[in-house]
Amino acid sequence: MKRTVPLIITFFVGIILIIAMFVPHDPFYGLDSKFSIFYDVIAVFAFILGGGNLLKVHFYKIQNRRRDWKYSIVTVSGFFLMLGAGLLKIGVPGGWSGDYQADGSLFKYLYDAAFQPLQATMFSLLAFFVASASYRAFRAKTREATILLVAAFVILLRPTPLGYYLTFWLPKPLQFLHIPNLSTWIMSVPNMAGQRAIMIGIALGIVSTSLRLMLGIERSYLGTEGKG
Amino acid sequence: MADRQEVTIIERLGTVDRRYVFLLIAVAVIIPLIVHYTTAIPTSAIVQSLFDKIESMPPGSKILISFDYGPSTEPENQPMANAVTRHALEKGHRIYLVALWATGPRQSQKLIDDVIKVEFPDKVYGVDWIHLGYKAGNQGLINTLLSDFRTMYTTDISGNAIDGLPMMKDIHTLRDFDLIIGLGSGFPGTKEWIQFAGDPGDIPVGGGTTAVMAPLLYPYYPKQMVGFMGGLQGAAEYEYALVKIYPKYAMRSRIASTTMGPQVTAHLVIVGFIILGNITFLIEKRRKRKYR
Repeated sequence: MKRTVPLIITFFVGIILIIAMFVPHDPFYGLDSKFSIFYDVIAVFAFILGGGNLLKVHFYKIQNRRRDWKYSIVTVSGFFLMLGAGLLKIGVPGGWSGDYQADGSLFKYLYDAAFQPLQATMFSLLAFFVASASYRAFRAKTREATILLVAAFVILLRPTPLGYYLTFWLPKPLQFLHIPNLSTWIMSVPNMAGQRAIMIGIALGIVSTSLRLMLGIERSYLGTEGKG
Repeated sequence: MADRQEVTIIERLGTVDRRYVFLLIAVAVIIPLIVHYTTAIPTSAIVQSLFDKIESMPPGSKILISFDYGPSTEPENQPMANAVTRHALEKGHRIYLVALWATGPRQSQKLIDDVIKVEFPDKVYGVDWIHLGYKAGNQGLINTLLSDFRTMYTTDISGNAIDGLPMMKDIHTLRDFDLIIGLGSGFPGTKEWIQFAGDPGDIPVGGGTTAVMAPLLYPYYPKQMVGFMGGLQGAAEYEYALVKIYPKYAMRSRIASTTMGPQVTAHLVIVGFIILGNITFLIEKRRKRKYR
């Protein structure tokens, strides 16, 4: 029963929404937006579920002294600190009626002084790893690797003055080889073609997965087999 | 002996300790920041197209700007938000700030504090601009907004009923907007605004994304997307276009151009390392062939 009811709901909702897409008349008209409202409501509850899951996973790690369990203490402490600062409106000018993100609030202070620099630092580290990885990986080992290397080279040089001065002198018939022009061509022709192919592939994959879900062939979203 | 010594040098050059790579990148980023090295980036067609769209719209047009990013990508996305807002308000358009990301409202607040309140003090809240804040639901939210905007947004970010605000009078669905600009760095973002609002609602969509996301959006240009800014470079290109038409912003609208300096030098260092890596690789390859 635990598995049959969700399967029936999935099938009927899927069929109704497909019909609503192709039959824009009552009683199907506007059904997709009504279902979207349900989705939005559920999405809000997902935050509670997400928070609960985060605590469950990290409390388990701390309790059983799993690998890197000390970091879990930081995660859980950070979670409760931010939650408490926001919910209790600590330091908010105007007390309970004030905005939890207002200037002077603990939440804003923690966000600006801890969360923001931490996120920025994590993302900034990418520059170092990209540099190291491109030095090691971009080698002309094969024909395909050489094409990738040349494309990366042109794209990297595009915003630099060197990219301009290396090829600006080219005569008009060869101006398509001027690095800024070549870079634009790479992005808007081979890149676009590749991206379109990937997108079409993904779309076909979504269609087939949706059909599998609706027909009950794909059941992994219901949880582990045999526990229904 | 000399040959052996050469091998050692080439081997060393081919496998430089990554700490030296990190050090050089750090130097390449820090020095341009100290000396304020800037570089003008001429506007590409795809950025110019977005600029022209905002420039050509009649004053009073309604532009929805979505902040779908967080502090991690602020250096790339925030200059885009600043430049586009500056341009829109200069042209007399009305702007509506929303967010699909929970971290978005803090970024839009920065825009308000740094640009709107400082450079456009005469613009009135609720008449020229409004801060609507974040709502959960990702693409589901966009889908709902497309058919009924007021189902999800009943108040602004401070809890004031939107019915009392003049600029919300004509807003009932996303179709009432003249342009949607999605500034993002992942999911949900510009792509979702195109797929769930632009295409089904026939609403012009433009945007700006981080450099790593930019190639994914090219397939939507120009038919499904009026134009977009790819990474910091895209933002710098928009600033260039803005200053060209409105020179009075030359001193204010330059954050992307300024921060492009370190990016340019970092790119050059990476290019240098790629060249070095390949030279040593080719020499080693030739040597191996010779002694085979």
